[in-house]
Amino acid sequence: MNKTISISRYNPEQDSQPQLQTYQVVSEHSTSVLDALLQVQQQDPSLSLRWSCRMAICGSCGVMINGIPKLGCKTFVRDYPEQLVISPLAHFAVEKDLIVDMSPFLQHLSAVKPYLINAEKSLQPHKQTPAQLAKYQQFANCINCGLCYSACPQFGLNPEFIGPAAITLAQRYNLDSRDQGKAVRMPQLNSKNGVWACTFVGFCSEVCPKKVDPAAAVNQGKVASASDFIISMFTP
Amino acid sequence: MQLLQKDIIIVGGGGAGLRAAIAAAEAAPGLQVALLSKVYPMRSHTVAAEGGAAAVTLAEDSLAGHFQDTISGSDWLAEQNVVDYFVQHAYQELVQLERWGCPWSRKADGTVQVRRFGGMKTERTWFAADKTGFHILHTLFQTSLRYPTINRFDEYFVIDLLVVEQQIAGVLAIHFKTGQLVQIQAKSVILATGGAGRVFHYNTNGGIVTGDGMALAYRHGVALRDMEFVQYHPTGLPGSGILITEACRGEGGILLNKDGYRYLQDYDLGPVTPAGQPKNNYMELGPRDKLSQAFWQQQKLGLTADYQGHAVVYLDLRHLGSQHLTQRLPFICELAKAYVNIDPANSPIPIRPAVHYTMGGILTDINCHTSIAGLFAVGECASVGLHGANRLGSNSLSELLVFGKVAGEQAAALAQQTSLVPVSAIMAQSKHQQTSISSLFGNSSESMVAIRTEMTQAMEQGCGIYRDNNGMQRCLTSLHNLKSRYARLTVSDSSKVYNSALLQHVELGFSLDVAEAICRSALARTESRGAHQRLDEGMTTRNDRDFLQHSLALRQADGSTAISWQAVTITSLPPTERRYGAAAHSPANSNISQLKAAQEKGLQHE
Repeated sequence: MNKTISISRYNPEQDSQPQLQTYQVVSEHSTSVLDALLQVQQQDPSLSLRWSCRMAICGSCGVMINGIPKLGCKTFVRDYPEQLVISPLAHFAVEKDLIVDMSPFLQHLSAVKPYLINAEKSLQPHKQTPAQLAKYQQFANCINCGLCYSACPQFGLNPEFIGPAAITLAQRYNLDSRDQGKAVRMPQLNSKNGVWACTFVGFCSEVCPKKVDPAAAVNQGKVASASDFIISMFTP
Repeated sequence: MQLLQKDIIIVGGGGAGLRAAIAAAEAAPGLQVALLSKVYPMRSHTVAAEGGAAAVTLAEDSLAGHFQDTISGSDWLAEQNVVDYFVQHAYQELVQLERWGCPWSRKADGTVQVRRFGGMKTERTWFAADKTGFHILHTLFQTSLRYPTINRFDEYFVIDLLVVEQQIAGVLAIHFKTGQLVQIQAKSVILATGGAGRVFHYNTNGGIVTGDGMALAYRHGVALRDMEFVQYHPTGLPGSGILITEACRGEGGILLNKDGYRYLQDYDLGPVTPAGQPKNNYMELGPRDKLSQAFWQQQKLGLTADYQGHAVVYLDLRHLGSQHLTQRLPFICELAKAYVNIDPANSPIPIRPAVHYTMGGILTDINCHTSIAGLFAVGECASVGLHGANRLGSNSLSELLVFGKVAGEQAAALAQQTSLVPVSAIMAQSKHQQTSISSLFGNSSESMVAIRTEMTQAMEQGCGIYRDNNGMQRCLTSLHNLKSRYARLTVSDSSKVYNSALLQHVELGFSLDVAEAICRSALARTESRGAHQRLDEGMTTRNDRDFLQHSLALRQADGSTAISWQAVTITSLPPTERRYGAAAHSPANSNISQLKAAQEKGLQHE
């Protein structure tokens, strides 16, 4: 079946702003939006996009599909019988066509010290029960695709907001029974660009392709931040 | 052109590259490490590994057992001293990952859980649900952020190595974002660029897996070893080739042909084990080469089913139950739902073999050092000698860690003893590449897409699960034609910023070189061993007299490939017949148990 799709095109060396361009693709039942984009790239090699795994685990191919952030590889053309408009992820600077500048996202992730902090030196594995694992496991499933930043109105208004994925990653380690680094992560979460910048719209969790539920992580972060504050009031 | 100087360069930000970067940063905190990757590190294809990572863990297991399984799995083409080092160090590396926060799946008492895997006689595969590669990669990436001396160069694409008189001097890369050429000098360079599965049509690999590092080294005269051994994973989704992990079978999944018959019993893997009661080394837990070959045989017999034009068999997980599937194989449930609209708790999954892994690669010694001084290689792009003619599932994630650490430490030690090759010695080579790149732009009648598609189809037809001389000769002729067409191919998009067309052009050149090395090596091996199976008369069985040897593909001055041979290092396990299922326990193999006893004495945990 032939299908018309619209793609936002922008070449910073020529264009003053992005413009929609339409293309014809052949769509079968299993054709993903990524497949359709790659068909277009075969017609027009100047189209730039990021992609790799095709199986929703590498996190490269996030785009806006009819205005909603989605992974191209896990969204199917068959589900868009009417119009299908593909544009770069919102709230990030567009570099070219569907490629955005992901460096703010990477900076926010790095800022929360997303690694196990534990001074103990040992060559033995920690013990961690399935129940302890379950406390943070969901938050460890973030693929860093950035869709939640495109869904987040606060990040759109304030790019300094560390955002859903970074808070989720901080919580992933804070909740890990092997970790002792919560105290060094909390100042970042407590700051004005930390958890309190979130107004709890919850769209981040709706668009998450891996059901990580970053909104829950942010909310837990708020509770942790509040108790951190109360404890600090009573600690000399 | 931008000019930079570092101490160590690592090309590739997947599991091997990140592990090497951390090892180098820890070994020599005073050295500056440049980590170049053509994608953000967490996009690297390690992310797609699902099933797990192997290391001797249970009390009833033994290092000799892992050693023996790996050698037998390799059809005796593994380097036994390398396997020995590997099995001794795998456990500590998995523990290291645990200490860095990897969310390994656990038993009720909080200890690490292990699962069954194909060709492994004991459960020894650590896993993090069915996203083990994803969790290893993210754990390594996040841990790497602790080291200020690891300087990331994300979305930098290396187009050439700078080599002066067999000594590495640095690399030349394109910064994808700006199109600028960057020359980075270094005292040692580690290639960790992954495999080359994308030279085949049906594969489980991401679009980035184009053989870049193999071609980079090969073009500078480094041998590619054992390239004929290409692993078809028995269970990919039809059409896309998306990976359905071997862990499905480790958990008890069974394979059925179109009649619902467990056909593996007809291929020396039986007797049938009851559904849901998997037995190590039997039936669905045989090695990948044998299982993919059984599919091919079933297809010949007309016993495969059709799924939207693709020949398939079925992976049946229904008897495992919804709860177990959700807990142990959540990603598989997600993939089956998204890509073939199947709930594995209710219906069998249609699957077929797809190219998954290149056993061969850049020839290195046990220290990951290549024939160019200061140039190292590790991971799927390398051939350190662990996999031989067939890799066992879950050995490669452990390999990334064990040998990633070796490569990082060796590169650091070397960088501490050497100085940079003077920039004057490499500028000519860099300038030459700069000119070559700028001469690529223009319009030509050749199509990159056509060349790439014809290459992947030629490889699929000529160098598939079973091969014969005529088919491979046709493949080679096609590759030669494609190479001459590639020489005339230009890049129509002359923009600087994120020029995908230019990158794909360079990648295609790399892939064509690797494809030729695979085909030439396959033609030269006139026997059948592991993943290399020939249909030609007199070549259908293993021939240890002539071919207990590694193939070495070397690029000649005229661009052609010459094949030579290298002896296999055999320390303690001489070749015997490779057997699985009940046949493994027949008297003919009793010498293995004797050897095992002898080895237990020699191989102990450090």
